[in-house]
Amino acid sequence: MTDQPKPPQGHSDLPEPVVRQRRRFSASAIWLVPVLAALVGLSLVINAWVQAGPTISVSFQTASGLEAGKTPVKYKNVVIGKVTSIRLSKDRSHVITRISLEKNAESFATKDTRFWVVRPRIGLGGVSGIDTLLSGAFIGADVGESKDAEDEFTGLETPPAITHGAPGKSFALHSDDLGSLDIGSPVYFRRIQVGRVASYELDRDGKGVSVQIFIDSPNDGFVTKSSRFWNASGVDVQLGANGLKLNTQSLATVLAGGVAFQDPAGPHDATPAAEDAQFQLFNDQATAMAPPDGEPRYIRMRFDHSLRGLAIDAPVEFQGINIGRVVSINLDYDEKAQRFPLVVGAVVYPQRLGRVHDKLVAIAQARGEDADLAQMMGKLVEHGLRAQARSGNLLTGQLYIALDFIPNAPKVDFDINARPMQIPTAPGSFDKLQEQLGVIVDKVQKIPFDSIGKHLDQTLADLDGTLKQVNGKVLPEFHNTLKGAQQTLGTANNALSSDSPLQQNLGATMQELQRAARSLRVLTDYLGGHPEALIRGRKADPAPPKPTPVDTPTPPPSGPSQPKGSKP
Amino acid sequence: MSSLPRAHELGLIGCHVCGLVCRDVPDLHDATCPRCGAALHRRKLGSFARTWALLIAAFFFYIPANVLPIMRTVSLGDVDDNTILSGVLELWVKGSPDLAIIVFTASIVVPMLKFLAMSLLLISAHRRTAWAQRQRAKLYRLVEFIGYWSMLDVFVVALLTALVQFGILSLVEPLPGVVFFGLTVVLTMLASMSFDPRLIWDSKETHD
Ligand SMILES: [Zn+2]
Repeated sequence: MTDQPKPPQGHSDLPEPVVRQRRRFSASAIWLVPVLAALVGLSLVINAWVQAGPTISVSFQTASGLEAGKTPVKYKNVVIGKVTSIRLSKDRSHVITRISLEKNAESFATKDTRFWVVRPRIGLGGVSGIDTLLSGAFIGADVGESKDAEDEFTGLETPPAITHGAPGKSFALHSDDLGSLDIGSPVYFRRIQVGRVASYELDRDGKGVSVQIFIDSPNDGFVTKSSRFWNASGVDVQLGANGLKLNTQSLATVLAGGVAFQDPAGPHDATPAAEDAQFQLFNDQATAMAPPDGEPRYIRMRFDHSLRGLAIDAPVEFQGINIGRVVSINLDYDEKAQRFPLVVGAVVYPQRLGRVHDKLVAIAQARGEDADLAQMMGKLVEHGLRAQARSGNLLTGQLYIALDFIPNAPKVDFDINARPMQIPTAPGSFDKLQEQLGVIVDKVQKIPFDSIGKHLDQTLADLDGTLKQVNGKVLPEFHNTLKGAQQTLGTANNALSSDSPLQQNLGATMQELQRAARSLRVLTDYLGGHPEALIRGRKADPAPPKPTPVDTPTPPPSGPSQPKGSKP
Repeated sequence: MSSLPRAHELGLIGCHVCGLVCRDVPDLHDATCPRCGAALHRRKLGSFARTWALLIAAFFFYIPANVLPIMRTVSLGDVDDNTILSGVLELWVKGSPDLAIIVFTASIVVPMLKFLAMSLLLISAHRRTAWAQRQRAKLYRLVEFIGYWSMLDVFVVALLTALVQFGILSLVEPLPGVVFFGLTVVLTMLASMSFDPRLIWDSKETHD
């Protein structure tokens, strides 16, 4: 590359280049390209660095549905991070997912943030997470109020029923058992879902369960201090005097259980209940809405007859009002009478009588007596109050205890001070039936079957003698008579055989007779229509419509006569 | 080979654009072709600097092209972002190793080889070594030739994006990675274009 251009050798005809002043770009400008590329790369790095949020680890029971590098973490359906890796814990009991959160989701790496896996779930009042069927599972997040940073979490196995900061109130319900309730089971008010079961736990003493429910705002205002909660699970079928009654809150409760609440009828405290107020969870609506039970009282009854069909929890009714239930049925032995009476224990709630109870108490107090139940009961027993085991259902034969006034009940002693209170009993309706049956049997027994039998015997002997006489004397005579009759019939038979001359004559005579009869009928018909003909003589030929009624009856008599005549 | 004369030794210069041969002049900086008006130079102007710059820029873009996902496939709601390497891995694992090899060759091997080849050509030309001149010339022709075949990934993404648009059922979208990959390919092509293969022959031996 030398600058000395050599003179062209034998190329004199070659053109000269044109030399003109031009603006030139510096060759070094090309270095702008890699600088630009480096800047772009750098901006990407910086961007990634700025966007990167904290990395946290969340442990789950199983990694089902989770995928490293793919599964997103969502809060209110906005992606706030991604699962970067999944590995087993050291003791292999659970899986640990590493999650890189986005920069703007830094606040999720705090102590009370909850994580759970959203998968399609069926039940608990519907189907949830159906969209994950297509998009795959994702991790849901719910942030709390804590400001303390945290990078290790334990994931929930079920989605929380309440997201943090949701408007509403939670309440605690106490029940004997959980029934078919579960987390997420609906809570109904007037059959509209207003909340759900948030959590449940056994009571410390193990004697019941506490169910935490959450009612969404603004419906939480319907929970008042006197609200009654009951278990709306399953189907409540009642066969009553009004026919078959099916009662359920919704189809979902049949499957997943549910709780319903309502205020009792009548005057009640309607101030909204405070957050975390405690309520009793009743088994059914009837129990829940019943007047307050007040203090339970234990009573005991002694029955001298079988109580087949009486079960524990059978109702105890006073004048048809349920005031309690049977709690025990025990067999006893009475040495004196050598009998086995049944001792039935029951719990009654006098306050369920409502106004009656109040009045009785008032009356007792007015008289200056002790307003104790036993005292009052003593008065009632004096007036004929007795316990009876009655048949509640004719189909099943279930019995219940009825406290009722029995007319003409024999007087009994009533010990006011006996604890538990002993209520005298009377035979039940079924026993009365048995009594009546007994009377019938007695009457039947009084019928003198013996003498009836003797008389019958005598009569039969007489009949026997008569029959002998008939057999010996009457029957032979009868036989001869029959023989004679047979002979006569034989003669008649010969005379009437089909080819005998008598038969032929008879046929002709019969035809003649029929003709005569026909003429006679025509005559009588005519005379019926024209009685004057007897005096004036027969008219000339009758008018055209006339012959029809006259002629019509004529063919039938001639009908049968013709086959008869044609036969011979 | 060294005895072969070169154009400027004969006082000749050829136009790069129309190929017209004209007389070499001392102040070549401002000379233009008398026929088409293009600037005249003995060798491509700033070939070394340009090629190096473009090659380095291509390399800078090659990093995000491999790190960032190039394609998002959504099938039945299942979103799947793939970088070049993860795509290759997925193809391999899912039982199409032949396709995996093709994609791997086109997207990883070829660009890498281009970087290496161009660097080799540049360094050797800069040193004016007479080593393997014919092979280097062949290598350059090879690099030029495969230049436009390296857009395979970009074509695949562009085609799929255009063809697979079935909403929730199936969807393919390009992601930033493919832009950087395209830039890499374009820049390496430009680099190989700006390299003057005559520099291979401008060895010290020939000059001496
Ligand atoms: Zn030209």
